[in-house]
Amino acid sequence: MERVVDPLAKQPSALRKNSETIAFVIMVVGLVAAPFFTYPLFLMQAMCFALFACAFNLLIGYVGLLSFGHALYFGWASYLSAYSAKAWGFSPELAILTGTATAAICGLVAGSLAIRRQGIYFAMVTLALAQMMYFFALQVKFTGGEDGIQAVPRGYLFGLIDLRNEMAMYVVVLVIFLAGFLFIYRIIHSPFGEVLKAIRENETRAISLGYKTDRYKLVAFVLSATLAGAAGATKAIVLQLASLTDVNWPMSGEVVLMTLVGGLGTIFGPIVGSFVILLMQYKLAPVGEWVLVIQGMIFVACVLLFRRGIIGELGNISRIKL
Amino acid sequence: MFEIFGIPSTALFGQLLIGLINGSFYALLSLGLAVIFGMLNIINFSHGAQYMMGAFAAYLLLQYSGLGYWPSLIITPVLVGITGVIIERLFLQRLYKLDHLYGLLLTFGLALIIEGVARNYFGSAGLPYTVPESLQGGRNLGFMFLPNYRAWVIVASLTVCFGTWFVIERTRLGAYLRAATENPTLVRAFGINVPRMITLTYGFGVALAAFAGVMAAPIYNVSPQMGSELIIVVFAVVVIGGMGSILGAIVTGFGLGVIEGLTKVFFPEASNTVIFVIMAIVLLVRPAGLFGRRA
Repeated sequence: MERVVDPLAKQPSALRKNSETIAFVIMVVGLVAAPFFTYPLFLMQAMCFALFACAFNLLIGYVGLLSFGHALYFGWASYLSAYSAKAWGFSPELAILTGTATAAICGLVAGSLAIRRQGIYFAMVTLALAQMMYFFALQVKFTGGEDGIQAVPRGYLFGLIDLRNEMAMYVVVLVIFLAGFLFIYRIIHSPFGEVLKAIRENETRAISLGYKTDRYKLVAFVLSATLAGAAGATKAIVLQLASLTDVNWPMSGEVVLMTLVGGLGTIFGPIVGSFVILLMQYKLAPVGEWVLVIQGMIFVACVLLFRRGIIGELGNISRIKL
Repeated sequence: MFEIFGIPSTALFGQLLIGLINGSFYALLSLGLAVIFGMLNIINFSHGAQYMMGAFAAYLLLQYSGLGYWPSLIITPVLVGITGVIIERLFLQRLYKLDHLYGLLLTFGLALIIEGVARNYFGSAGLPYTVPESLQGGRNLGFMFLPNYRAWVIVASLTVCFGTWFVIERTRLGAYLRAATENPTLVRAFGINVPRMITLTYGFGVALAAFAGVMAAPIYNVSPQMGSELIIVVFAVVVIGGMGSILGAIVTGFGLGVIEGLTKVFFPEASNTVIFVIMAIVLLVRPAGLFGRRA
């Protein structure tokens, strides 16, 4: 997407108006072509994280709520998806649905507690609730404790298509990712999304206009948790693994980082951010623990220097909405 | 030995003691968070990492310059406090005009850096730190055995907590601080250097974390992840107590430590999660927190 932005800046306004559609088309073409050039497994993982980051961005970017506990939905959806596929023999689509539904329920419970507090407290409440569910995952039997749930069968989609085939799996992940992305796009551009933005800008005002802001926030929270769950559930099938890493707090931090790097409150930012961060993790795998230090430095640099993130800055320079 | 609710008294009081010890650290850390939040309007996510820095600084001072526990208890908070002052001057002061969330994100990044560096140099296994000679041993109280060091931690932490409370609530300096929290512009107009006060407040909050870290070193192993595990629990403590009141932070910290200790006796499976469950209940019943004011 970065390549597209500059030439567009010099184009007439008709193109500028359709910048989102154009960027979307280019993204789809890129993702369809990409598996022929690079590892499909990496791309599938990146798309799962991209959907996760987009779901997170729905809250922070459009309602102004910073959830520091999104690993809860991602991780628990991942567990339930892996467990239902492995122990109950669910087909992959049912397993992913099971995981997603789990995340939705968790989101409903955690969300209705968390929206009782604003701002900084909201972040702390979500983090604490996620940590509670992390300890729960550590204690219950079915999650496999430190080992996690390994060797999850990918199974046959609708009982027909063998997902052990990397390309078949890739298409499934691509479809889930694009469906999730378009769903979020639809939410943001609906009247409901406009109310969310109004809450972000001035909650008191929104209340005085007669909106029950708590309900809007809760619905947005559940939607975000559900989509994060869809990402986690898909990831469990793709990587055939659900582990404690997915529910622990560094995962919550990682999704914040991805979104921040890409650009809070931009449509394509979280996607770019998650590809960048994941690529960095792959490239930096040999340096071990320094990855943590580098991630921390990126956080500091983003907050101090590039608060708009990659896409936000690009959009700002070229005056394009992305 | 006798029994209470079918539990041997030594076990019960033993866990109660552990609860009080944990509570000491909850109280010290949530106090630091509250003081920092009051002046800077920033939740200091690196508080846990700075607590860990305190423990590591004490360990390194002992290893490389032979300075024992007692000198460390003074030197370490000063050293780590100075790093806090530097952080405030370099980074945090640029964020006061922005949304509070950026402060949280920035200090989260700093926490990752500090923890990452510690892991690189010390691995993730714990390093031992021996109890100072003057506090080794313990006494038998009849119903339980009380190690001297643990008694010292509780007394020291209570002293520091109430000392901080006294300074903030009962002295002229504290009055300036409270006034600057309410209305910094007006306090500046009276000729008080508010930015410097903010810097020093952050340094002091960080020093409190480091002080807790030094005290924790002989009890828990010194390890890079000791801070991040603790800070999330302390966040829950802060949500329960609300950050509006210093005394509230102290009482909630000790109270929750004790409740957690008792849970270990009666329902051990829930001991990790009990504080979070209490947080959920408090959010349902009193959304503003036990001592909080509605924001």
